[in-house]
Amino acid sequence: MAPPVDQAPILTAENIGCRLDNGWIWRELDVNLAAGDRAVLTGPSGTGKSLLLRTLCGLDCPDEGRVHHRGHPVLDQDRPRFRARVMYVQQQPVLIPGTVQENLELPLRFDINAGRITGDGTAAALLSRLGKSVEFLGQRASVLSGGEGQIVGLVRALLLEPEVLLLDEPTAHLDAEATECVEKVVLEWVDAGDRAVLWTSHDQAQVQRVRRGPSIDLGSAS
Amino acid sequence: MNAYIDVSWPSLLIAASLLIANLVLSAVLRLGMGRRLLVAGTRMVVQLVLLGLVLEWVFDSANGPAVLVLGLLMGVVAGVTAVRRTSIRFPAAYLDSVVVIVTTAFLVTGVSVLGILRPTPLWDPQYVIPLLGMLLGNALTGISLGLDRFLTGVLRDRTRVEGFLALGATRWEAARDEVREALRVGLIPTVNSMLVMGIVSLPGMMTGQILAGAAPGDAVRYQIMIVFMIAATVSTATFGVTMLAYGRIFTSDHRLRSAGALGIELD
Repeated sequence: MAPPVDQAPILTAENIGCRLDNGWIWRELDVNLAAGDRAVLTGPSGTGKSLLLRTLCGLDCPDEGRVHHRGHPVLDQDRPRFRARVMYVQQQPVLIPGTVQENLELPLRFDINAGRITGDGTAAALLSRLGKSVEFLGQRASVLSGGEGQIVGLVRALLLEPEVLLLDEPTAHLDAEATECVEKVVLEWVDAGDRAVLWTSHDQAQVQRVRRGPSIDLGSAS
Repeated sequence: MNAYIDVSWPSLLIAASLLIANLVLSAVLRLGMGRRLLVAGTRMVVQLVLLGLVLEWVFDSANGPAVLVLGLLMGVVAGVTAVRRTSIRFPAAYLDSVVVIVTTAFLVTGVSVLGILRPTPLWDPQYVIPLLGMLLGNALTGISLGLDRFLTGVLRDRTRVEGFLALGATRWEAARDEVREALRVGLIPTVNSMLVMGIVSLPGMMTGQILAGAAPGDAVRYQIMIVFMIAATVSTATFGVTMLAYGRIFTSDHRLRSAGALGIELD
């Protein structure tokens, strides 16, 4: 029996499967993210980790099964709102020409985020916790390293105060020190509210540090 | 001022010899443009001679259905060619392009025939066919430039579009910049030609009318009319085809379809 809607997990997917031309990438997969969960997603390259994150936020449609948000299926027209709540952070987040500041404000162009973030110093505070000074805000996005791009993507997502973060190898281009900062910021963020994170990683040590709750291993699922 | 000097078939050889001189030069210097010029030149002659025959027949018979069939045929060829010139295309775009280009060109021709020229009969091929041809030719260029820009922008740069969607953008918010760019690029030839018209370039149709003995003032009014019609057709057709492509590559649940699902092969 399904739990009452108000106690439902934030994000659930039952029996979902995705298919490419030559067969199933993965199927019969269950995902359950409740408040406080720090779920990890592992598996070798090419097992469809990014595809699963994309499916959970609705950038791809599962070939079977459905994704539910707080117990409800997501209606077509509510998809942008849903994605602003269940936010997928690409491994190499999209950067527009302009400064870091302008990139952090990019989501404000979209109606669903209107009036969300302001220049109240939250961005600067987050950045300083990730080892970046205030000057970083004025840097051109075109000169950022891969790791700096990932930091911009993460901060941009955090500023929108989503309920779920779907992080695609968020520390892939970062050194050990920056990786530790990112882990700390994200884990504290989860504990600060009705929130959950699903984190993909190649690094077993990181998986051990981050995980509290579900673990999905695509390497053994197929 | 209504007599004009006939150009005879043998005298065209003089004009052709100028091109042949260039072909020889290309062959000697191995510039590699000989073949293409030869093919294009031959195609041009064959197509125009055939057109001349068809037009003479249509003009002589002067019946509505024949004009309609010829116009539709021209529209289909223009619509298909517009899509074939893009670097990325998907099967459904052909239908979209033909429907849009035929609808807009017929509509604009209809307005000018009914509202401005009022020939008798209304489908008089002497007016309808050249007008339609100029509209279709220009719309073809606009559509192929605009559609190419849109599909390249969205599909080759899908990470950016999907990045916007992931941040909560609607499909329209994610595609708006690309639609705007497609319209800008599609209208470049039309806008550019309007800017320099009469200063750098003497428009082909006006030149033709003057050569055929029309008074320059009359030719100018015709030209202004046709340029307005062209600009209207190109904008509407480019926008129409781009929006139909937008509807096909984005889903109602604000996803960007994969290239495979659209029948596109990207390299």
